[in-house]
Amino acid sequence: MTMPGIAMDDFVIRAFLGGLGLAAVAGPLGSFIVWRRMAFFGDALAHSALLGVALALLLHLSLVFGVVAICAALALVLTSLQPRVRLAGDTVLGIFSHSALAFGLVALSFLDTVRIDLMGFLFGDILAVTAVDLLWIYGGGALVLATLVALWRPLLAVTVHEELAQVEGLPVERLRLTFVLLLAVVIAAAMKIVGALLITSLLIVPAAAARSFARTPEQMAVLAAALGGLAVASGLWLSVQFDTPSGPSIVVIAAILFAVSVVWRRRVS
Amino acid sequence: MSVADTAMISGRGLSKSFDGRAILDGVDLAVTEGEIVTVIGPNGAGKSMLLRILLGLVKPDRGTVMRRPDLRIGYMPQKLVVDPTLPLPVRRFLELGAPANPATITAALDEVGVRHVIDSPIQAVSGGEFQRVLLARALLRNPDLLVLDEPVQGVDVGGQEELFRLIRLIRDSHGCGVLMVSHDLHLVMAATDTVVCLNRHVCCTGRPEIVQGDPAYLALFGATAASAIAVYAHHHDHEHDEAGRVKPAHDHGQAGHDHAHHRHDHAGHRHG
Repeated sequence: MTMPGIAMDDFVIRAFLGGLGLAAVAGPLGSFIVWRRMAFFGDALAHSALLGVALALLLHLSLVFGVVAICAALALVLTSLQPRVRLAGDTVLGIFSHSALAFGLVALSFLDTVRIDLMGFLFGDILAVTAVDLLWIYGGGALVLATLVALWRPLLAVTVHEELAQVEGLPVERLRLTFVLLLAVVIAAAMKIVGALLITSLLIVPAAAARSFARTPEQMAVLAAALGGLAVASGLWLSVQFDTPSGPSIVVIAAILFAVSVVWRRRVS
Repeated sequence: MSVADTAMISGRGLSKSFDGRAILDGVDLAVTEGEIVTVIGPNGAGKSMLLRILLGLVKPDRGTVMRRPDLRIGYMPQKLVVDPTLPLPVRRFLELGAPANPATITAALDEVGVRHVIDSPIQAVSGGEFQRVLLARALLRNPDLLVLDEPVQGVDVGGQEELFRLIRLIRDSHGCGVLMVSHDLHLVMAATDTVVCLNRHVCCTGRPEIVQGDPAYLALFGATAASAIAVYAHHHDHEHDEAGRVKPAHDHGQAGHDHAHHRHDHAGHRHG
């Protein structure tokens, strides 16, 4: 009952491992993004990842390093800018999000000496995940998860009410900064799996689906990771079986899981 | 300056402005041990800003804040809305303020009278219950000073009075100081030791009976103040002389409050 011919291929196994590793981190981190209403912020960072790729190619650096660096830099600029600029948050983020994408695309077009798989960067190419990619995903993922676990209670407190947390003695500014840096690392790891345009969906869709079943923050985080894993596995199968693009296939499954969760919630209550 | 010496927390000459508009102008305020200080004033008088400066959340343009070293503060913010996407039982909400064991949490909820909501999602508790849960979170920090920003908001009038009584009770049993802000005039008068009447600057300050006769107070609140005194006195008549008939006193109070509240808003507009 195995899928003949493909189940044993190395690249499929690597794809599974990469996708599941990413889902395990994206669940808890994505839950925080949903709770903190940072979906649009995550999108802006993810779009800037393309600029990171262009810079890395230009300076002959590792792609992952370029993406983390640019995402982190943009995250710092945005978090320091937001309270200062008297513009609606979504306007500022919209400007950054699309400018970053445009800058990235323009920058990449200058690099005509390098062959670039643009579609791969935009929508992911999970079947092209290499052993080195896996190392990045699991190394970065372990770092992010460990940090999240260590800072779980303070991060939750800051998420619920920043000023109350500050009066209660938490280093609010540093926690916020740490969180966006974690996000930058996950975006870099997710580039290969679902691509710059779809990264946010892997963060927020499983988390949103998990909300329907969870009674505590921890339940939601773990369930989001599980649902994300399910989406990755099923999406990958879909992609291999019907030759559909892998990143979008994963997101399609995640969206279906979300729809099911909403219906389930309605029927229960 | 003797007050500032014995104060747990004090501010001197606090000024703050935004876009050239003064929000606070040379405000002095001090809370001594076990004292209940209430800041009242119309909307836009800078009450919340004053609290935020004293808490160290906002830097004043001018003036200084002095805090006793190692002062433990329990804070109840004015607006706290937990995002509906965050599944958070009350018990877990309380644990966020300070590490606490289950027995301590139950005891804190018991003290504020809402033990029954311990396992409810925080978004599902009523306005009055939520204010009490916030109070419990502040108490779990074992505070020297409670800072309460509009503690009775979203609570019906009967509940407001009860909540003010609870705050007094907590002060008596814990011996902590209380600094609170209220835009309510009359209920708060019975619950406080000192009133600070604020409208960007301190108009008058002192014991409630004294402040209520102060020309600056009457000028600030106008007709509202007069009716507030009436209602306040009215309340006392009923509570002390006709203890058996609590219900009619309540009804009177409610009608009086609505009336006062309405006019109070007018006063706020005029001054703001």
